[in-house]
Parts: sequence; structure tokens; C-alpha cells
Amino acid sequence: MRKPIQFIIILLKHALTGSRMYFAWISFLALVFAIGVCAYVVQYQNGLVVTNMTDQVSWGAYIANFTFLVGLAAAGVMVVIPAYLYKNKPLKKVVWIGEFLAIAAVLMCIMFVTVDLGHADRMWHLIPFIGKLNWPMSILSWDIIVLSGYLVINVFLITYAMYSKYHGGHPRKGLYVPIVFISMFWAVSIHTVTAFLYDWLGARPFWNSALVPPRFLASAFVAGPAFLVLSLQIIDKNSGFSVPKEAINNLRRIMAVMMVVNLFFFSSEIFTELYTGSGHAASAIYLLGGLEGRHLLVPYIWSAVALNIFAAFVFSIPKFALNRTLLNVACVAAFIGVWIEKGMGLVIPGFIPSPLGEMAEYQPSVIEGLVSAGIWAFGILAFTLSVKVGAEIERGSLHAEGVVPDLDEYATDAEPHSSPPVAHDVAATPKIAVAQGAEVSS
Amino acid sequence: MSCCDEKNGCGEKHHLPVLEVEAEPEPELSGIEVEGMERLQSTRRDFLRQVGVAAGVTAAASATGCGSTTWEEYFHQHYKRLSDEDKAHLFALLEQRTHEKYGVEVHIRDPQPIEGVEFAYALNLSTCTGCRQCEYACAKENNTSRDPEMHYIRVLELDKGTMDVDRSNHFYEGEVPKPDKYYMPVQCHQCANPPCVDACPVQATWREPDGIVVVDYDWCIGCRYCEAACPYWARRFNWAEPSIRPSDINPEQGYLSNRIRPKGVIEKCTFCLHRTRVGRNPACLEACPVGARKFGDLNNPNSEIRRIIATKRVYILKEELGTLPRFFYFFG
Repeated sequence: MRKPIQFIIILLKHALTGSRMYFAWISFLALVFAIGVCAYVVQYQNGLVVTNMTDQVSWGAYIANFTFLVGLAAAGVMVVIPAYLYKNKPLKKVVWIGEFLAIAAVLMCIMFVTVDLGHADRMWHLIPFIGKLNWPMSILSWDIIVLSGYLVINVFLITYAMYSKYHGGHPRKGLYVPIVFISMFWAVSIHTVTAFLYDWLGARPFWNSALVPPRFLASAFVAGPAFLVLSLQIIDKNSGFSVPKEAINNLRRIMAVMMVVNLFFFSSEIFTELYTGSGHAASAIYLLGGLEGRHLLVPYIWSAVALNIFAAFVFSIPKFALNRTLLNVACVAAFIGVWIEKGMGLVIPGFIPSPLGEMAEYQPSVIEGLVSAGIWAFGILAFTLSVKVGAEIERGSLHAEGVVPDLDEYATDAEPHSSPPVAHDVAATPKIAVAQGAEVSS
Repeated sequence: MSCCDEKNGCGEKHHLPVLEVEAEPEPELSGIEVEGMERLQSTRRDFLRQVGVAAGVTAAASATGCGSTTWEEYFHQHYKRLSDEDKAHLFALLEQRTHEKYGVEVHIRDPQPIEGVEFAYALNLSTCTGCRQCEYACAKENNTSRDPEMHYIRVLELDKGTMDVDRSNHFYEGEVPKPDKYYMPVQCHQCANPPCVDACPVQATWREPDGIVVVDYDWCIGCRYCEAACPYWARRFNWAEPSIRPSDINPEQGYLSNRIRPKGVIEKCTFCLHRTRVGRNPACLEACPVGARKFGDLNNPNSEIRRIIATKRVYILKEELGTLPRFFYFFG
């Protein structure tokens, strides 16, 4: 037991040492988190009355963020799939970053669901046998199972890999690789099940569409890589861990395809709703153009559409995408666009009008904003700290005593077999028919 | 947006007359349900026995500095896992708590479903005048929070010529019934295939053998998934600690129905199971001045409800969703 404990202590020590900038950053995040905790205490004492949710719009910013973050967690596989299924070397080098992102995102998911509960103190009711988990009937029980499973899988994978590397070894392939493959399918399952949470609800025609799970996955596979592209550059600049340029290009290509798919799904959904013109379209009409004089979400959703179209253009046109500044702006745009579209843009209109035709709008309260910001700060803090030590282990500067780090593992491994970038492109592209077409055009 | 600043009563402009009315003595049980009476009396005796125990627990709690909440209150089990003894103990404790908080003696009971009975409701859309007496009587009977204001029943005003609830007016005022309008009160439809029950991740809500969908308020975690799943907008959440004037409290309470709820949990119409399971009618039915509301046993071929379903033109709200409501609208 001494070795693992020592390992954890050293990780903590290294996570909390760094440059002045690094300290300023983690202190800032810790402060925002602390404010969020205070806001939550206010909410816990007074009840959810301090939010702007009502019996009409009974889910709000918390569940919207939860939904978005499940996608971010699932998108961790967007580096794992190319790396392991298509032997993409540049992305294999950054798989660990994707896994840390998945873990941070799942932690945020759990926190967002927890703060949304009227009785967080009763969460033990969810534990099978001790509590009374409604499995298999409740889709929410499935979601709890797949999310916690995903957390366990990723924590295991990354801990095992890092621990081995720290001690100068490698994870056993026979154990590690099968679990990596499980994690890929599992990642798809967490977002699919989260979409099922919404789409079986006959009471809510806006969500009651078979296109919700595909839309979720497509948009997640934009938002996740967008976040990764931005953070890979920061990691490359600040951590001493050099990120292969091709990794960013590969992620950019994934985004180019997925954003177009996402926009296509979105327009299909809108067409079907609006052209049919049935009463079921009320929520979509409210979202896109306002209904009965209520139009709080109209500018909100159209800004998302604009951001997404802009990002799709930048991602798909190489001339733009090779401009790093423009690419970064597009990543931010895509991230925010998807956050709007799949967060509040999906959750809120589902409740408007109510099943009895009542029009009641919603926008988050200050408390909801602070609690949400606090959770985001916690997640980014967890991601920052873990990536900080992860980078040190990966680049070989942090290792157990007496271990000679294999500094150029990837370089020596990759060079003799390294294929030209074009080959990576094909490999990096998920096996979707649309993907092929997009590759040709780019 | 502005309408949503107040919880529950979102946009609700009418006031609850019950707030103004002095608490009337609860009408005594009529003699018709002798069996029910006996059951009540025997449970009341049990409770008296248990009060001593509860007092002991409370004393122990305050002695250990636990304040107002005991370990037992936090960690007691799901309703279906409670033994009769646990229940008696727990109910006594809850009665004690209500007494501490409001100074009112209440009696919490747990009437069981009557063997072979399946309850159903029918509402005559031809005669309903939209007076909302059912809504107010319901609040009064069920101890729902007055602030934030909560109602299980929502009366919709519809134009003659449409049955589209999306075009209904919830906030009509003035004299009713208005010409060219008709009225459709909506409450829990006690579906035989209830999506809310499937949704609940912790089995805190379920359908009883007599068809009533109930909530264990001490088990609900407050995720509000059921509220999103309900096509009839029948569920209500306690966004804040419910508040009710002591003089407004109905002391005859059911554990699974009208006892005063904690904050942060879901509640809903239970067809007044604390009344209907002992042979009385739901409060909303008794309050209806025009007799538009009918209640009875679906399994009894001679019941009024069966006659209505068999002979009247019946309308089932959102029948296409397959929820199999036990609430029928009819014209007659």
C-alpha cells in the first residue's frame, strides 16, 4: 500500500506547484468554486425557490448544463477512437488529456444533477438494495449507472496508465486495451441514454423525436474536440508536454464533419416540425420565433445557429482553418453554440408551452448562475490540476526514483512507420459516410 | 417573464378564498361506512399508544443536540419496506412534528386500498361552470401550501369549438360561465400506464392496487423527472417550505395523501385517498355546485361511473399517448 499512497502524495505536491500564472489561475477557479458553494448553501437552506424554475418550467440551467456536459464527457472518445481503432499516433499521444476531460466532465455532470435535487440528502435512495433504484424501468436509473460506470472506467484507465508510466513501465495490454475499447462504446452509451431521458416523453412533443440521440452525439463531437483543441494549445505552451500539430488538425477535421452533420440534423428537425404545422410544433415555434408574445429564447437560439454556421465554415475551409487564431475563435464559437443549442436551447422549450398550454418563460436566477459557475470552475480546476501532473508524467519529468524515463517513446515509435499526414486524415475520420465526402472537399 | 417570479402560482391571478374563510370543523364521518370508522378508531388507538414512544425519541434527539431532526427521520425506509410497527412509530413522530411546528393536533393515518376496487373519475364538461370551487376545496382538504400557492386542479377555459388545451385560458376572471366558453378542470388522471411512475429513479411514486398514483414524500429526492413526464401537468413541486396557517390545516391526514409535505418533494392529487378509501367522496366532488363530478369504482358494474362510461359520449384527454387515464370527461 505504500507505493500508491506515495504516488498520490507526490501527485498532489506537483499539482500544487507551478508558475505564478498557474497559481493565479487555480486560485481564481477555487474562488469561483467557493462562491458557488456559498450560493448552493443559500439554495439548500431556502429550497429551489431561489432558482427561477417553476412547476411550468421545472428544469432549468442545471439540467441544461448537465446535458451539455454529458456530451463533453462522451467526446473524450473522439481522441480515443482514432487513437485505438485507427492507430492514429498523434491522437494516441493525447489520449490521456481526453480521459482527464471525460473525468472532469462527468464530475460536473454529477454535481449539476445533485444541485438540481430538492433533496440531495436523500441521494442514498439511489443505491441499489440500500435505497430503491428503479432499474430497469426508469431511464434516469440507466443514466446513473452508465455515468458512474463511465467515471469508474476512465479513472481506472488513466490511473493505471499514469501509475505504470510513473514507475517506468507500461500498462498490461491485455488488461488496458480491452477496457479502452469498452470505454469507447460506453462513451456513446452515456450520451445516448441521456438523450433517451428526453426523447421517450410523450408529454413533451419537442423532445419526443428519434433525432435527439443522433443530434446529441453529433453536437458533442463538436464541442468536445473544440474544447480539446483550445486546451491542447494551452498545454503545449505551458506544460512542457509537446502536443503533436497533427493532433489538432485531426480534431479540426472531426469537428468539420460533425458540425455539418449537427446543422443538418437541426435543420431536419426544424423542417419536420414547422412544415407539418401541427400543434406539436408549438415549442419549436416558441424557440425560433416566439409564441403568444413570448420570445425570450429567440435571440438566444439564433445566436447559437449563427455561431455554429460560422464555425462550420471555418472548420471546413482549409484556408481559414490553418489560421490558428481563426480556428481558435471558431472553436470558442462552436463550444458556445453547442452549449446554447443543446443546453437551455433544448431543455427550456420542452416545457413551453406547458402540457396544458400555459405559456411561462424561464431565465436562470443569480443563484443558479453562481452555482453553475461554481461547478464549471470546479470541473476546470480538476482538469487543470490533473493535466498539470499528467503532463509531467507523460513527458517523463515526474517519475519514481531510479526510473529512466523513455522520453522519446512516441518519436522513436512513430517515425519508422509514420505515414504521411493524409493517411492520418483518413484514419482520424470516423467511419461515417458523410465523413468521406467532407474529406474530399477539404 | 414577470409572471414566473412567483412560484407555482405562475401567472395565477385569482386568490384562494380558503385563506379568508375561518377553519370550519371537519365534517364528521357519516354513518354509511361503518367498516371504515372502525378501522379509523382502531388506528387512532394505536397512535395514542405510540405517542409516548415518539415523545421519547424527540426527547432523546434534543438531549443529544440533534435539534429538530432525528436519525430516524433522515434514514427511515421506503414506505413499502415499513412494518406496521415502523409506520405507527413514524406517523406518531410526524404528528408530533406538526404539533411542534403549528400547534395543531393532527391524525396521520394510512388507509389501505379496498380489495377489488379500482377508482375512476368522470367530469361532465356540459355542466361544469368553471367556478373553481373544486380547486379551492382541494387545496383546503389537502393541506397544500398557501405560500407559495399550490393547486392540484387547474381549470381551463376553452372556446366552444375547440378541444385544444394549447388554446385554453388558465387565468380567466370575472363571472362564469361566460357565453361561448366551456370549462375543463384538469387534475391527476391516475393513469393505469403512468409515465411519471416509470420516470422516478427511486420508486418514490407508484400506482396502488386501487389505481391511485401516490408519492412517498419521505422518499422522493426531488429530481422532478415525473413532473417532466406527466402529460397532464398534474404534479407539483415544493419549491420552498410549504406554508399554511395553523387554522387552515386539515387535521385528518393520510401518510400517502394530504399530510403536510416537506420542501423539495413532489406532490399530487390522490383522489383524496384518505377519504375515498373509507367510503367518502373526494373533496373536489363534494364542492362542485353543479354536480359535474362523478366518482366511483370501475370494477363495480352497477356503479355510476360505469354507467357513464358505457352510455355517455366520453372524451379522454391526450388518449393517444397511451397513458390509460382513470379520469374521463363526458358530455351529458
